[in-house]
Amino acid sequence: MPRRKGAPEVNAGSMADIAFLLLIFFLVTTTIETDAGLDRMLPPIEPPEEDVIIKQKNIFTVNINKNGQLLVEDELMNLKNLRNAATAFLENNADGSCNYCKGRKDAASSDNPTKAIISLKNDRETKYSTYITVQNELVGAYNDLRNREAQRLYNQDFTKMEAEYLNPETPSAVRDDLKDKVKRIQDMFPQKLSEAETSTN
Amino acid sequence: MAKFTKKKDGDLPAVSTASLPDIVFMLLFFFMTVTTMKDSSLLVENTLPNATEIKKLEKKDRVIYIYVGKPTQEYQSVFGTEPRIQLNDKFANVDEVGSYILAERANKPQELQNVLTTALKVDKNANMGLITDIKQQLREVNALKVNYTTYEGDAFNNLQ
Repeated sequence: MPRRKGAPEVNAGSMADIAFLLLIFFLVTTTIETDAGLDRMLPPIEPPEEDVIIKQKNIFTVNINKNGQLLVEDELMNLKNLRNAATAFLENNADGSCNYCKGRKDAASSDNPTKAIISLKNDRETKYSTYITVQNELVGAYNDLRNREAQRLYNQDFTKMEAEYLNPETPSAVRDDLKDKVKRIQDMFPQKLSEAETSTN
Repeated sequence: MAKFTKKKDGDLPAVSTASLPDIVFMLLFFFMTVTTMKDSSLLVENTLPNATEIKKLEKKDRVIYIYVGKPTQEYQSVFGTEPRIQLNDKFANVDEVGSYILAERANKPQELQNVLTTALKVDKNANMGLITDIKQQLREVNALKVNYTTYEGDAFNNLQ
């Protein structure tokens, strides 16, 4: 018994606190990285049963050559102007059926947003970074239009609404509410971005 | 006896091991979090391009990764400097992509098999020819949902 009295034990009661502190520190600092990127749908391999006839004026052709130059509707274009050109094409509204569009109603351009198709073609030697930039601008054109309509109807950005809708942490009541809104905006400007097979030369 | 008492009086007592479980648990938790984030070691250079209109890839269990890029320095003597495809931990040819996707898909639970996304992590210096071949392979196995994984940033930085 004299040994107990001789030297008191080091108090280890706070050791657990230190351990938890460290644990929480690591939990907070190591962000589990979520990847992000451009979501795209590839066309199915089976061709559609019946041939759909699409008017030439409803197709917005974008060609990227191997040097990263853009040929948009048979004219050379700077990448910086692509977003505006695509936006103008999408909401051109030649047949006047789209009451929320602010386009020029140019008879030689797309009829309405639901018919407008953007066709993207690239060369085999096109650099991936250029391709992504072009994709980004085209998706950006859609998002700009959708954001504008979402701001008008619901006073918030479409991209934010969609992100919240897709986030699994959003409560399901909020998600159900958002679902219809997101769907409505998507239907106003359906994303029709076709990626044809690459030209070989 | 005198020898014993003398020693006990002068020396420090044994360090308490009461907190050892805590430390062990802490380490365990730490390694648990670390090991889930690590996917596979990269054999290729993988500097992703920038984009602004990006969407987050939620739910990692629904994603199949394909890496494309130039082999890293140590593999260049064997695999050359042309961009290659990396599936899991090894290099692969284009025609192996389809079977890889099918194998990965078969490993996933039934209810997830229809909602899988293929994340293409492609180095920004790769050419589209290879990507087009991969896309063709993906179409053949009906894996149509793709995500071109990018960093967030001004897309025009890609062009420099």
